[in-house]
Amino acid sequence: MDRVVNDEKPRVILGEHKITQNLPSQPTVLDEKWSLRSFKKKFRVVMVRYDENELEFDLIGIHPFLANAFRRLMLSDVPTMAIEKVHILNNTSIIQDEVLAHRLGLIPLKADPRLFEMKADPAAEGTEQDTLEFTLKIKCTNNKDSSKDSLRVEDMYKNNNVYSKHIKWVPIGKQKERLSDVGPIHPDILIAKMRPGHELDLKLIAVKSVGRDHAKFSPVATAFYRLLPDIKLLREVEGEAAERLQKCFSPGVISIRHEKGRQYAVVNDARYDTGSRNVFRYEDLKDAVAMTKIQDHFIFTVESVGALRPDVIFTESVKILKDKCLSLLDELSHV
Amino acid sequence: MNKLEGSFELACHSSISDLLDLNESKLLPAFLKVKGLVKQHIESFNHFVETEMSNIMSANREVRSSENSDFYVRYHNIYVDMPCEIDIQGTKKIYPHECRLRDMSYSAPIRVDLECCIGNERTFEKGINIGFLPVMLRSNRCHLYKKSFCQLAKRGECPLDPGGYFIVKGVEKVILIQEQLSKNRTIVDRDPKKGYFSTVQSSTHLRKSKTSVVHKNNKFYVRLNSLTEDVNVAVLLKAMGMECDQEIVQLVGSEGMYLDAFAATLEECALFGIFTRKQALKHLSLRVRRSRMTTGSAVGDAQLILADVLLAHIPVDGLNMRTRCIYLLLMVRRIIMALNGTVPVDDKDYYGNKRLELAGTLLSLLFEDLFKHFNAELKKSVDLAFSKRNRAMRFNVVRNMPLKIITDGFLRAISTGNWTIARFGVDRGGVTAPLDRLSFISALGMMTRIYSQFEKTRKVSGPRSLQPSQWGMLCPSDTPEGESCGLVKNLALMTHITTDDDDEHLRHLAFSLGVEDINMASGEELNLPHVYVVFINGLLIGLTQHWEYILATLRKLRRSGRLSEFVSAYPNHAQRSINIASDGGRVCRPYIIVANGKSLLTHEHIRQLKEGVRDFEDFLKEGIVEYLDVNEENASLIAISEDDITPDHTHMEIEPFTLLGVCAGLVPYPHHNQSPRNTYQCAMGKQAVGIIALNQLMRFDTLNYMLVYPQCPLVITRTLELTGYTQLPAGQNAMVAVMSYSGYDIEDALILNKGSVDRGYGRCYAYRKFSTNIKTYANNMQDIVNGPPRDQEGNIPARYQLLEEDGLPAVGAEVYHRDILVNKKSPVGQYMAGSDQSTAGYQDAPLVYSNVNSARIDKVLITSNSEENFLIKIRTRDFRRPELGDKFSSRHGQKGVTGLIVDQEDMPFTDQGICPDVIMNPHGFPSRMTVGKLLELLSGKAGVLAGKFHYGTAFGGDKVEDMCRILIEYGYSYSGKEYVTSGITGEPLSAYIFFGPVFYQKLKHMVTDKMHARGHGRKAILTRQPPEGRAKDGGLRLGEMERDCLIAYGASNLLVERLMISSDEFLASVCSQCGLIADRDWCQYCKSSSFVHRLKIPYACKLLFQELISMNIIPRLRLKDL
Repeated sequence: MDRVVNDEKPRVILGEHKITQNLPSQPTVLDEKWSLRSFKKKFRVVMVRYDENELEFDLIGIHPFLANAFRRLMLSDVPTMAIEKVHILNNTSIIQDEVLAHRLGLIPLKADPRLFEMKADPAAEGTEQDTLEFTLKIKCTNNKDSSKDSLRVEDMYKNNNVYSKHIKWVPIGKQKERLSDVGPIHPDILIAKMRPGHELDLKLIAVKSVGRDHAKFSPVATAFYRLLPDIKLLREVEGEAAERLQKCFSPGVISIRHEKGRQYAVVNDARYDTGSRNVFRYEDLKDAVAMTKIQDHFIFTVESVGALRPDVIFTESVKILKDKCLSLLDELSHV
Repeated sequence: MNKLEGSFELACHSSISDLLDLNESKLLPAFLKVKGLVKQHIESFNHFVETEMSNIMSANREVRSSENSDFYVRYHNIYVDMPCEIDIQGTKKIYPHECRLRDMSYSAPIRVDLECCIGNERTFEKGINIGFLPVMLRSNRCHLYKKSFCQLAKRGECPLDPGGYFIVKGVEKVILIQEQLSKNRTIVDRDPKKGYFSTVQSSTHLRKSKTSVVHKNNKFYVRLNSLTEDVNVAVLLKAMGMECDQEIVQLVGSEGMYLDAFAATLEECALFGIFTRKQALKHLSLRVRRSRMTTGSAVGDAQLILADVLLAHIPVDGLNMRTRCIYLLLMVRRIIMALNGTVPVDDKDYYGNKRLELAGTLLSLLFEDLFKHFNAELKKSVDLAFSKRNRAMRFNVVRNMPLKIITDGFLRAISTGNWTIARFGVDRGGVTAPLDRLSFISALGMMTRIYSQFEKTRKVSGPRSLQPSQWGMLCPSDTPEGESCGLVKNLALMTHITTDDDDEHLRHLAFSLGVEDINMASGEELNLPHVYVVFINGLLIGLTQHWEYILATLRKLRRSGRLSEFVSAYPNHAQRSINIASDGGRVCRPYIIVANGKSLLTHEHIRQLKEGVRDFEDFLKEGIVEYLDVNEENASLIAISEDDITPDHTHMEIEPFTLLGVCAGLVPYPHHNQSPRNTYQCAMGKQAVGIIALNQLMRFDTLNYMLVYPQCPLVITRTLELTGYTQLPAGQNAMVAVMSYSGYDIEDALILNKGSVDRGYGRCYAYRKFSTNIKTYANNMQDIVNGPPRDQEGNIPARYQLLEEDGLPAVGAEVYHRDILVNKKSPVGQYMAGSDQSTAGYQDAPLVYSNVNSARIDKVLITSNSEENFLIKIRTRDFRRPELGDKFSSRHGQKGVTGLIVDQEDMPFTDQGICPDVIMNPHGFPSRMTVGKLLELLSGKAGVLAGKFHYGTAFGGDKVEDMCRILIEYGYSYSGKEYVTSGITGEPLSAYIFFGPVFYQKLKHMVTDKMHARGHGRKAILTRQPPEGRAKDGGLRLGEMERDCLIAYGASNLLVERLMISSDEFLASVCSQCGLIADRDWCQYCKSSSFVHRLKIPYACKLLFQELISMNIIPRLRLKDL
C-alpha cells in the first residue's frame, strides 16, 4: 500500500470505512511555498466531452479551494434571466396563482444574461436594459372538430395542456432589434392543465439575478467535480478472483489479460469508476487493491440549463472570481 | 395504480418461491373490493335500515286512541327512501357534496305503508313520510352506492373517499365504534376484597338488567339493583318455584366439592324457615326496592322482579321459571369451580368477551325511542281531535303526523353526540365526532377507531394492555400516547364486525342435531362428565353428548352457505359447554380453511380470481374461506404461511400484514422498527400535510392543508395501495444524507437545502373557511350586504379595501388581519311584523378575517341552506414555503424541525453531483432503533436506480439482499453509503455518508401558525392581567418553574417587574389602622383619612381581597415602614 500511495501525487485514499489523504495540506496560493511558475507548469485544462448543454473537462494541478470556488460560483453567482414577477390578469384554472408563478419562474429562458443589467431597484419599472416581458394568454375550449367517440383529452379539448411554447415574448423598446429569438428554451415544459372554460392571462416579467437569490437564476442544472480515480493492484489477482475483481468495479475499469493459459486482472482505465468500493466485500481481494483519487485532478461536469453554453458559464465564473479578487484588493488598498 | 401493480408483479415473478405469496396476496384486494375499508360501519347501517327498522316497527305497529275505540292506525311496512330534499317545488335528489357546501343534512325520508281505521271505514295509505333519517355515505340508501369512479367524480365526490359517515348540517360526523362487555354472558370474576362473583348483563329489546351471584360468608347470594339487599340463592330459587332442595343440589352438582360449597346456603334458607314458594316470595317482598312501577301488592312486586328483572334475557313461559333457575345454579356452579381453582376466573379483557357497538346499533336504539315517541304524539293529536265534540272535518292521520320528532331527534343526536334514551337509562355523550379531514389517513383512521367505555383516569393496566386475543383483530401499533393509551384502539385491515342475526333457526337446528331441551333434563344429567351444555347467544338451551358432531355439522352448514357466515361455534372444555353465537358486535376476520394439512385455496382459485370469474363472496360460499370470531379463532390452529401447515392446522392466514391497521400500514418495514416508533408514526401520519381528497379544491373546510407537489412514496406497502394512499399521498421523497452538519442539527433538527426549497420541496397551502348567513327575521327583515363605505373624498377605509361593489371580496385579493370579508349589516332591535320597516336601523355585523397571517381569497360561494337563507362562504388560501422551525417527519416516528436552510453550493455532493435535500443527524438512530428507516433508504435508492417502486410491506416486502444487489449492479456501494465532497471546503469528507431517498412528511405544525410575541397589548377585564394565547394576542407567561429560577437566583426586581409591573400593577389605598382597602383617601371603615396610604399591589390581589370580603372573610393588611 505505502509503495503506491506515497508517491509525489496528492491522493485521497478510499479505505473500507474511511477516507484518508496522504498529503493533506498542499501548498496553496496563500502559502509562501506556492509559486506561480510551478503552478503554470503544472496546471492543465483538458476538455473531455462537450455536448450542447453538458461539458466535462479536467482541471489538473489546482488546489481544491480554487476548484470548489469555481463550482460554487457557477451554481450561485453566474447570473441569468428568469421570470421574477407574474401579473395575473386572469387565472381560472385549478392551479393556484402562487404555484403557477413558481412554475413559470423555474422555466429556463433563452436570453443571454450578459446583454442585460441587474435591476437596481426591484420596485422600479423595468427598462429595456434590465427586463424582459412575456405574455401567456390561453384559453381551453371544447374541440368541435374532434370525432364524438374519442375520449382522449387531446382530442376532446383544445389547449388543455399549457406548455412553455405558449409563452410569447413582448419586446420592450428596441429589444426587438437588439435581441433575437428570446423565449423559453424548451417548448414542452408543462405549465398547467386546463379544461374548457379555464383561462390564463398573464404578464410575465423576467429579470437578471444570481442563483444565490433563487435557484431559478442558476445557469446550471448542476455543476460539480469529482477527483480522478486511480486504482492500483497491489498484487497479482488471477483466476476466478480476477473475474470477481472485475465485477467489483465499473465496466472497463479492470480488464482481464490472458497469458499462457492463465488469466490475471490489470487496471485498464480507472477514470470512469464510480467508486463503489464493493471490492471490500471480499476478504481475499481487500488487500489486493488500492483505491485512490488524485487530489489535484478535478473532473468537472457542468450541466447548463441552456441559457449559456457550459464553457461560457465556466469562463464567466472565472471572470467573477477575478472581479471579486480585484475588488478585494481594491478594498484592501483603501484600508 | 395500474402501473404500480404491473411493476409489483414483475418484481414477484422474478423468483418462483414468491409465487405462492403472490397467490394469497390477491385475496386481500378481492376482500376489500367487496367489503371496502369501512365495511363495519356501512354493513351495520344497512342492517339497521333493512332489518332492525322493520323489527322496531313490528313491535310498535299499532296506534290506538283512548277517546275512540274504533280508531286505529296499523303500520304494515317501513322503508327508507333515497336522500332527497322536499320543499314546495317537490322532491329533489340531493347528493352529499351539495349538503357539505350548503350546510344541509344528507338524509332520506322514512316511509311507512299504513292502514287507518276510523269507525268502520278502513283506508290504506302507501309511502307516508314519517321523518328523515340521516344516511350514511356509501350505504345502500346512499346515492353513491356502487357508483363508478366517473360517476362519483361527476357528483363532486372523491372516489377514494371510504364513506361510512353522516353529513349533518354540512358537517361530516362519524358515529364512533364503542367497545363494551358482551351482554347475556356469565362472567366469573374475583374482587380482592369481596371474593368471587359471577355477573350477567341481560339485554333484550324490552329490558336491560344486571344479575350477580356473589359468594360471601361461604354462602351464595343474588344481587339485583331492584332488591335492597342481597338475597340467598336458595330463597330465590324457591320463590321461582324450585322448592325441592334435592333438585337444587343436583343442579349445582352432587360431587363433594359442590355439596360442601353450597350446603351453607341451603342451611341458611332453612334457618329462615323458608320451604315453600309462598314463604320465599314473602321473604323477597320485604326486600324489594320501591319503584314507579308497582302492582300494588309487595308480593306482586317481588314476582314482577322475578319475571322481568332477574336474568331478563332468558325467556320464561308464564310462571314456569325453571330455565332461569338452572341458569342461576350454573352461575353458582361456575363460582364454585373458580373457588376450587378447577377453572380460572374469566378474563374481562379477553376480546371474545367484548362487543363493539356501531352506528346501526346506536341508531336503532335511538329510532326505537323516537318511533315510540312519534306514536305517542300521534296518539295525543288523535285524542285531541276526537275529544272535540263537533268536528267539522274528517280526521286525517297523514296530515297530523308529528314529522319533526324523528327528523330532529336524529339530527340532534348525531350533531351533538348525546345519546339520551330515558327508557333504558342511556345517557351517553361523545358518541359522534366530526370527521377529522386533516389528511386522508386521519379520516380513514377515524373510521376504524374504537373507544372503550373505561374511565381514562383509572390507573389500571389491564384494559389498556395489548391482549393476545386481539391478534389480527385490532392493530397492535395504532393507539394514542398519554391518558387514553390502550383505551382507544383501531381495527386491523381485514376486521369485520358482525350484525345481529336472528337465532331462532339456530335453536331449531340445534334441537334437530340431537340437543336435548334443558327443561327436560334433571340436575344429574346436566353434570355428567361427558355431557356438554349448549348455549346459543348466551342462552342455555340444552344438553348433548355429541358436541363434536354438533360443532362439525354447524361448521359444515356454515361453510356451505346454509347458515350465516358470521355464526360462530366453539367448545369450552373447561366449562363443558359449546357456544353458538350469532349476535352483533363480535369482531371477526376471514381465514383460509385448511383441511388435512392442505390449504383449500389453490392456484386454480387464484387464477379465476384474477380473471374475475369468481370473487371473494364465492370463496366464502364455497367454503374455501370463512370468518372466525375471536372465540372461535382461539379454538382453531392457524398457520401463518403455507409452509407452516401441519395436519393439525385448521386455518391459514390470508396475509400476515393485515394484522396491522390502516395507519400502521403506512410504515415501510415496520417489523424492523422498535415498536413504539410505529405507534408514534400512527399518530403522526394523521398530521401529515398532503392531499385530503380528490375533491379537495371543491371543499370548504374550516381548515385544511394541501401539499403543492405530493409524491407517491418510493417504498410503498401493500396496505398503501389498498387504501389509496398512493393516489392521495402526504409527503415527498427527499434525498437524505445521514450526517452531521453545522451544529444546527442537534436534537433531531433537520437541515434543508435551499435549492430544493426554491424548486418546490415542502411547499404547502393552508385553506381556511369564513362563512356567514344572510338571515331573514320573523318580521320579514333581512340582513343586508353593502359595498364598501366611502368617506367624503370617496376613499375606502383600509379595512374595507378588498371589497367589491357587491360587498364581497375579489378572488385573488390579499387579506390581512382584521380585514372585512363581507360587509354585512343586521337590522337593529325587535320590530313587530307590520311595523314601518323604513324606520328600522341597521348595525354592522361584518365577517372579519380573524387570522393573524395574511392570505388570499381563493373562492367565494354564495348559496342557500335548507332554511332558504343565503349562505356566504369564503375560502382563503395561505401559501407557505418551508422555513426554519417547520416540522417534518419520516414514516418511522422520527420527527424533527428545520434547524437551518443551507444554500445549495454549501451542501455536500456526491461523485454524481447529487446533493441532499435534507440532512439528518445520525444520532437519531442508535437510541430509536428505527432500522426500518435504513431499509427504506436502501430500497428507495435501489428503486430509483431500477426505476420501480419497492415494497416495504410488513412481514414481507423486498429483501435487503436484493436491494444491495441492485445497488451493486448500478455501480453503487452495497451499503448505501457514498463518497461525498464537502461543498464548503471542496475536499472529501473523511467518512462515507449513508445517502438516498426517504419519504418525508410535512406535518401541520408550522411556525407561521405559532409564532407570537407581544410588547404591550390587551388585558382581561376582570383581572387586568394579559390574556392567554396567540389568538387573543396574549402575553407570554412567566410560569411557575421560571419563577422558581428567578427566586433561586435572587433576581427580586426582575420578578416584581415580570409579575406585577408588566402585568396588573394597581395603586391601592390601604388604611393602616383597619388594614382594609380604602376608597382613595378615605377609609369608610374607620371614617378617617389620616391612616390611608398608597401602595402598589397586583390587581388580582386586590380582587382576591374583595372576593374574600364578599364571603365574610376579612383579610387585613398590616403596613409597616421600612
